[in-house]
Amino acid sequence: MIGKRKNRRQRERAPRMLSPRVYLQRHAQVALDSLGRLYRNLLPSIMTAAVIGIALALPSGLYLLLDNLHRLSGSWDGQASISVFLKGDVPAPQAEGLATRIRQWPEVNTLQLITPAQALEEFSSQSGFADALETLDENPLPAVLIVVPRREHTAPGPAAELQKKLRSLPEVDLAQLDLEWVQRLAAMIDIARRGILVIGALLALAVLLVIGNTIRLEIQNRRAEIVVTKLIGATNAFVRRPFLYSGLWYGLLGALLAWLLVVSGFWLLDDPVARLAGLYQSNFKLETLPLLSLGGLLASGILLGLLGSWLAVGRHLSAIEPS
Amino acid sequence: MIRFTNVSKRYPGGFEALNNISFHMEPGSMAFLTGHSGAGKSTLLKLIALIERGTRGQIFLDGENVTDIGNRRIPYIRRKIGFIFQDHHLLFDRTVFDNVALPLVIAGYRHQEIGRRVRAALDKLGLLSKERLYPITLSGGEQQRVGIARAVVNKPMLLLADEPTGNLDPDLSREIMQLFSLFNDVGVTVLVASHDIPLIRLLDYPVLALEHGRLVQHAEACA
Repeated sequence: MIGKRKNRRQRERAPRMLSPRVYLQRHAQVALDSLGRLYRNLLPSIMTAAVIGIALALPSGLYLLLDNLHRLSGSWDGQASISVFLKGDVPAPQAEGLATRIRQWPEVNTLQLITPAQALEEFSSQSGFADALETLDENPLPAVLIVVPRREHTAPGPAAELQKKLRSLPEVDLAQLDLEWVQRLAAMIDIARRGILVIGALLALAVLLVIGNTIRLEIQNRRAEIVVTKLIGATNAFVRRPFLYSGLWYGLLGALLAWLLVVSGFWLLDDPVARLAGLYQSNFKLETLPLLSLGGLLASGILLGLLGSWLAVGRHLSAIEPS
Repeated sequence: MIRFTNVSKRYPGGFEALNNISFHMEPGSMAFLTGHSGAGKSTLLKLIALIERGTRGQIFLDGENVTDIGNRRIPYIRRKIGFIFQDHHLLFDRTVFDNVALPLVIAGYRHQEIGRRVRAALDKLGLLSKERLYPITLSGGEQQRVGIARAVVNKPMLLLADEPTGNLDPDLSREIMQLFSLFNDVGVTVLVASHDIPLIRLLDYPVLALEHGRLVQHAEACA
């Protein structure tokens, strides 16, 4: 009966529930341990992280390029306007009178008159032909009216009606609907965005498979350890934890690598793009990942890592029981 | 501490490893489990440790009916049991200290508490100077003692040993058996499976003898 009394005392000394501090301490320890394990197998770990990094860098880099393109075209986006070129011999007062008249039309939202002098100034500042223009004796440019229709007249049908009406005016040489190519560009960007989404989804799946397979191998390598820990009372959560942390580290390292790849890729592009923009006398600059997107990239890396290892652990861990 | 009532275990394929076993071990008692190989010793230990489930009958551990216990509860039951294996099942990529600390880590003890308890267990088994070594550098007897240290470090109520001296010479075997009786002296229930009859005769403990899955000898202290 001595034994009975002692046993009861021992039972009371064992912690019944983990205190939050011990719980956190244990998590930190497992996390560090998993990281140490990756470090001890440095080359294979780097290779896995590199695969994940490249798979993540591809869609994020493409997305970023597209974002820049979108920003570049943003200044024209949605500006469904009709450029009305007046005949060269229309004097300035008459052009102004015409502008005032068209402004009263019910279809017209706003109208901007660009005189030949203004047009020349804008053209020489933006086209890169400033030097060539200076050699001309007189201004070859006509006056231009930029007509922006009201919203209900921006659809292709009504806009074309308005264009026809403007073209029939005697002072008008040419009325050009600017909407079409903007719409085409927007449509193309849309397709590209959809394409990147598909590529991104496929590559995310690839990341899941890579991590899942890596974790599966790790589980197989540590089979004996899993059996022993289960035999001495480890819960499934305890056994699972190091593998989940491995997946998390792979995802995080892969995402960091992807960020490095994207940043260095853009750094390589930066100079040529700046030169090209300079040739167009534009001060357009490539924008790399803003901080928020970096957070998103890291978060998606971690998420994919966790999910991949979770899938592998769920499939393979329950099959390992002591026997 | 352990109660079997009419327990049978039939493996898939029809082999009947245990047939209608009934016995009871009081808390704080110690017994040997003998029998030729294949008599069902390991199966009986596995039923206690919930590694296998019985086909018929009831099994009680520490007053709790564990016959149909859910898988989620099994780890907590196993924490009450120290299991010693013939091939000691040490983890060779960890030091002696880390091997022995494993049950405490699993049970969620504090860091300082783990260090204190592991050193106490290693000290008791004369392994304190080896705590930083890896198991591969130790002799067979030392490895078995590390296995025992791991089994007793969280002060289980029940120690199960499956052929703990199977790979050891007679002197070491005696030493190990004396260790078990020392643990029993402080109140731990001990069940040792062994086919080393001369060794068992040296120690005066009840014997459960198995033959072809049946209990043929059943000492009164365990009744």
